[in-house]
Amino acid sequence: METNITLMLNAILPEIALALTAALVLAIDLIFHHKKLPHRLLGTLSAAGVMVSFIRVLITANGAEPQLIWGGMLRIDPTSTLFSCIFLAAALLTILLAMENERFGNKAEFYILLLVSTLGLCLMAGAADMILLYLAMETATLPLFILAGFMNLEKKAVEAGLKYLLFGAGTSAVMLYGFSLLYGFSGQTHIAGLGAALADAGNLPFVVGVLMVVVGFGFKIAAVPFHFWSPDVYEGAPAIVAGFLSTASKAAGFAVLLRFMSAFLPVQTATWTTIAMVLAALSMTAGNLLALTQKNFKRMLAYSSIAQAGYILVGVASGGQLGASAVIYYLVVYLFANVAAFAVAGVVARATGSEEISALQGLDKRNRGLALVLLVSLLSLAGIPPFGGFVAKLLVFNAAVQGNLAWLAALGVANAVVGLFYYLTVLRVAYTHPEGEVEKLKLPAFVTVVLVICVIGIIVTGVLIAPLLGWTNLAAGALHP
Amino acid sequence: MDLTGFPILSVIIFLPLAAGLLILVMPATKTGWVNGLATTVGAVDLVLALLLYFSYDQVAAGYQFIEKMPWVPQLGISYHVGVDGFSLPMVILGALVVLCGALVSWNVDDRPREFFAFLMFLGTSILGVFASLDLFQLFFFFEIAVFPKYLMIVLWGYPKTRNYGGMKLTIYLFVGSMMALFGVLVIYFKSGLNTFDLLALDQVSFAPELQRWLFPFVFLGFAILGGIFPFHSWAPDGHVAAPTAVSMMLAGVEMKVGAFAALRAGIMLLPEGAQYWQTAILILATINVVYGALIALVQTDFKYVIGFSSVSHMGLVLIGMATLTKQGLLGAGMQMFSHGIMTALFFAIVGMVYDRAHTRELSALGGLGRKMPWAAFGFIVAGLVSMGMPGFSGFTAEFPIFVGAWQVAPWVAIIGILGVIVTAGYILLVIRRVFFGELPPALEKVSDVSRKDKFVIALLSSLMVALGIFPALLSDLISTGVAYILALVGAG
Amino acid sequence: MMTWVLAHLITLILFSPLVVGLVLWFIPVRQVKAIRWVTLAGTLIPFFLALAAWARFDSASPAFQFIEQVPWYISLNASYHVGVDGISLTMVLLTTLLMPLAILTSFNITEKTRTYMQLFLLLETAMLGVFVALDLLLFFVFWEVGLVPMYFLIAAWGGKNRNYASLKFILFTMGGSLGLLLATQMMGMLTGSFDLSVVTEKWLALEGGTLFGLPLKTITFWAFVIAFAVKVPVWPFHTWLPDAHTEAPTAGSMILAGVLLKLGAYGFIRLVLPLFPAESQAFAPWLAALSVAAIVMGALGAWGQSDFKRLVAYSSINHMGFVVLAVAAAGAAAGTPDAHIAMNGAVLQMVAHGLSSAGMFFLVGAIYERTHTRDLNELGGLYAQLPVYGSVLTFIAMASLGLPGLAGFMAEFQIVRGTWPVFMGATAIALVGLFFTGAYILKALKLTLHGPLPERWKKLTDLNVRELVVVSPLMALSLWIGLWPAGIMSLFNLTVAALF
Repeated sequence: METNITLMLNAILPEIALALTAALVLAIDLIFHHKKLPHRLLGTLSAAGVMVSFIRVLITANGAEPQLIWGGMLRIDPTSTLFSCIFLAAALLTILLAMENERFGNKAEFYILLLVSTLGLCLMAGAADMILLYLAMETATLPLFILAGFMNLEKKAVEAGLKYLLFGAGTSAVMLYGFSLLYGFSGQTHIAGLGAALADAGNLPFVVGVLMVVVGFGFKIAAVPFHFWSPDVYEGAPAIVAGFLSTASKAAGFAVLLRFMSAFLPVQTATWTTIAMVLAALSMTAGNLLALTQKNFKRMLAYSSIAQAGYILVGVASGGQLGASAVIYYLVVYLFANVAAFAVAGVVARATGSEEISALQGLDKRNRGLALVLLVSLLSLAGIPPFGGFVAKLLVFNAAVQGNLAWLAALGVANAVVGLFYYLTVLRVAYTHPEGEVEKLKLPAFVTVVLVICVIGIIVTGVLIAPLLGWTNLAAGALHP
Repeated sequence: MDLTGFPILSVIIFLPLAAGLLILVMPATKTGWVNGLATTVGAVDLVLALLLYFSYDQVAAGYQFIEKMPWVPQLGISYHVGVDGFSLPMVILGALVVLCGALVSWNVDDRPREFFAFLMFLGTSILGVFASLDLFQLFFFFEIAVFPKYLMIVLWGYPKTRNYGGMKLTIYLFVGSMMALFGVLVIYFKSGLNTFDLLALDQVSFAPELQRWLFPFVFLGFAILGGIFPFHSWAPDGHVAAPTAVSMMLAGVEMKVGAFAALRAGIMLLPEGAQYWQTAILILATINVVYGALIALVQTDFKYVIGFSSVSHMGLVLIGMATLTKQGLLGAGMQMFSHGIMTALFFAIVGMVYDRAHTRELSALGGLGRKMPWAAFGFIVAGLVSMGMPGFSGFTAEFPIFVGAWQVAPWVAIIGILGVIVTAGYILLVIRRVFFGELPPALEKVSDVSRKDKFVIALLSSLMVALGIFPALLSDLISTGVAYILALVGAG
Repeated sequence: MMTWVLAHLITLILFSPLVVGLVLWFIPVRQVKAIRWVTLAGTLIPFFLALAAWARFDSASPAFQFIEQVPWYISLNASYHVGVDGISLTMVLLTTLLMPLAILTSFNITEKTRTYMQLFLLLETAMLGVFVALDLLLFFVFWEVGLVPMYFLIAAWGGKNRNYASLKFILFTMGGSLGLLLATQMMGMLTGSFDLSVVTEKWLALEGGTLFGLPLKTITFWAFVIAFAVKVPVWPFHTWLPDAHTEAPTAGSMILAGVLLKLGAYGFIRLVLPLFPAESQAFAPWLAALSVAAIVMGALGAWGQSDFKRLVAYSSINHMGFVVLAVAAAGAAAGTPDAHIAMNGAVLQMVAHGLSSAGMFFLVGAIYERTHTRDLNELGGLYAQLPVYGSVLTFIAMASLGLPGLAGFMAEFQIVRGTWPVFMGATAIALVGLFFTGAYILKALKLTLHGPLPERWKKLTDLNVRELVVVSPLMALSLWIGLWPAGIMSLFNLTVAALF
């Protein structure tokens, strides 16, 4: 364990950078509150801060041994590094998208909340202690409650925020209780040591504790049956926020899940595996089936996200290094695909005033590029090559087969078929030309940049698989202490 | 000609992809450039494929023009391409149909850039599958075809049925490929080699019990794309709903991709499984042949006749493969090529007729031989091939299939031959219905086919005649590939 | 040069019609006259080449001559293997003789002449191919290919009921050939080759074997028999013939009856008898019974016709029945002089019937062109108006009837002579059939030529030069063979003796 203060501060430099940026933005906003600020200043500042953080993370990415710091609270290893990259990337893309949005583009609160949330997520990924984990989760989630209801003049948004808050608070309480049970029976809050400490504590308390903890995690990743909040929240929240929620926040939940699972001894892993299996099967199936009937695009994407979480859970259930690596790979791909999809949803909603799928009609005529982005992102979600989603699904199902969960893989491929159906239907609508003329859609510059990055990301993860896979393998390997 | 070092196969495979991307960014008004580029790419690919044909060393046999590059070393995946006697004709076929498909689509005026781009992507997908020597890569290329197929049908297809036909086709085929994916993953896992390399996997002896339950997943999954009964109903609906060039590609080549993948990943990797399920497959495939022909007989829509005839003829391919004999496999290879050309020509002509007559109802057509003599000639030639008439490629393909069937299950030959006579029936009736007889007044103003159409008709017809008279043009080549397959299967 | 021609004589004969057909593509469709004459010249080439082959043919040897063999479908062990013996050369001569006459007959075709001529040329190659093939696969290829041009000839240039007739023709014949196709595939598989000599040797050595519980060779035998029986045709597989012959254009009928039916008979002679000696012997009575049915039914059928062309069609069934009767006898009594005589008669009958039926159909066509009716009840008294036609018709009809002095008599006599000791009862009934043959021929003559001349036929023109040129060789040959049969029989006598 590292005790040198300087070195420890060094290790959390990215988080510090985020905090400082948030403070800076807050300060500027307070000081210049009544003056008209240069357009996009706040956004640019926030983005810069995130970039600094990102670069710092990347520099230390190939760092040496995993190290525990701050008294065993935080663990810096390839896993946390990679996950931090995911969060920071998501934040950066979201900020860039937000800058172009007239309604909250220069609202400091937005950026502050986003930065703080990202900070919390990064800490979540590195949390090695239950207390820090809880703190990090709250730090990450509380801002998101507000961000979800940001458009506070709309009824749906307020409902979304409130629902999110209530659900979040409730599940958080249950999770905390679970943590306390685990602490009680193991005598320590260090996650990695839980396994050994609980070995002779008898099964029931362990299972109950785990179940309660899973409630919290399940909420975070919006797995069935903890998903009820997500369709409403995704629908009510601004599209950009929904994009962040569905990618970064979900990824953090998975990070924590992976950490917990790897912490426990093989004997106890069986419980985790069963739970993960059940969650996976339920999420995939329910998510896909419910998505079939949706008429609202964002709601459909919400259910699609639930289904995607299900696929990722297959990787979690498979366990082992293969499973963990598959999970992380999937999350990276999913980041690009979902951010793009929600971005398109946002753009179209603002242009047509409607969030229905039917509003997508003629997208190809409005803006060919936008339609192509939608095509790439939805096909990636469906799992079609040459896009990353195909590789991701393949990895996850491969892990399942190798982990003796072939039936889960079979269920997964069956679900993929259902998924393809509604993704293709949306695409067809987007490419069908409506009667009469449609207005051309012009995309603001940063939006185009984000979309291009996402498309490149989707294609690269679909074709140049080895580099990212190497990194996720590394991260997966580091999960086990 | 020494081609060592030059990645000719990769060029063949990726040229359409590059062209497709280029087409997407061309100016909207320059339709001529789009048409020209697509057609040129098809022609170049064909020339390169023919170059391979003439450079292939039949004495040495085996896979040649190999290129291998690590792709995802952690999973044992490499970019590995090569062709042998069996797949080389398929590559030629793919390039040929891409060319002909592009030629007959010059009149597409609704978003031609997207149309031709998707056509090009489809081409890359097809050529990639045929040349793949890595199982992951094979599947990768196989799946790429999903979205071009779907979009091309629903956006440019026959308005009344395109949504239904397109979705049915895509979902059906996706189910099949997901089944196959599952099977592929199990193979990968159970081989213990941590590699997807087909050449390595070929040598693995999987446990017989494993092969028995695994084989249906892999074989059926891919064979669904080949149109195996009873999972064939996507084909008539999908093909009929599709625009002409897509029908040509789908029925002409895509179905062969399915059969080919079923052979490569199913039969060659799981030979004992293939033996175990041989009778079942033969039964299904024989039903294909006879049932497909009978249903075609009662169709009232010109295009549906051809759609069902494809189901029937693919049955012959599957019979040939399932016999696991030298002649059967030879015939399957010949039939894939022959039927590919034949059905491409069929659909092309149906398209030519529809573009002018604006109807596909047999009762509304007639006497078109006078107005469109080239189309009539082409259709008659394709029809004779379809009937298995000697002198044409259909006979030189079907004959060995039946010889193979005789060695394994004589009843297959006897029942299957009924398909021949029923085919003769519906083909002759359709020819008479459409091209002879009275010309309805509504069709008085019908014009003859364009010069490009004539080129396609002439090219494809002469190939079918040439193969009928000189089967050795392909049969010797295919036989070398068959020998390797038989060695794997353990038969003689 | 000469040696090259001689070395490839058969190929030249075989493919020269096809080449001429391809050449026709270079002649514009409108140049009908050029097309006609080029085709005629084109069909004379194989005829003269066939005569050259006859001149160079060694009648003292029963073996195949002018052999050419080139690997073709190597993967299946099938080769392009052609050659002729006495029997096949006779058939080749018949074919190459009738074709120019058919083309000459077709000079009155004005619609789509080029396609018409090309189809005929393709047909000639196909028919010749059957006769010269010495490889089973090759045989089948040419056998089937011949169906296509005939189908189109009937469907596009035929009579009122041509759609039905053409479809029935091709489906029926193809259906009959399915068994042949299957049997060929199986035999090829079992013997490892398709070459006729190899197949014969190995197949005869093959013992036992069953297919679905029945003896293998029996099933194969019947598969072959049915295919050829449809073509000849043998009762009850004959129902396609009256429609096809009646609806085909005149030249088409001439070739159908003159040559195509002989393909079936040739199949019996070349394939069935040599490959299945035991089965031929065992089932000979069946075959004899069917052939007698053909003879009698054919005759009765002809007797009952009022359509002249249909009458002639039924007469073909009647005449070809004799050939099959001879085949049955040869099967039952293989190796005996009776068989020898019967088969000689069969081959001769093939020639004789070829000549006479071609002539009959030609004349029916000639009268139809003038009167636009084939109804015997409408015609009548034409002798007065068309004396030349009348004489010619009488002559040809007599040849068909089997009048001594003309070819048909020699043929039928030998057949009866050969089959009498073997199948006495059948032969007796066949002779009854002969009686009816006479009846219907004379009836036809009477109704056409004799009696009062109806008003509307008073302006008809007699046979012109072209028509005379067509029919004269037929008459001359019929007479020549009838008076001096040895002339043609020397060609195939030894071959027949060696085979049977």
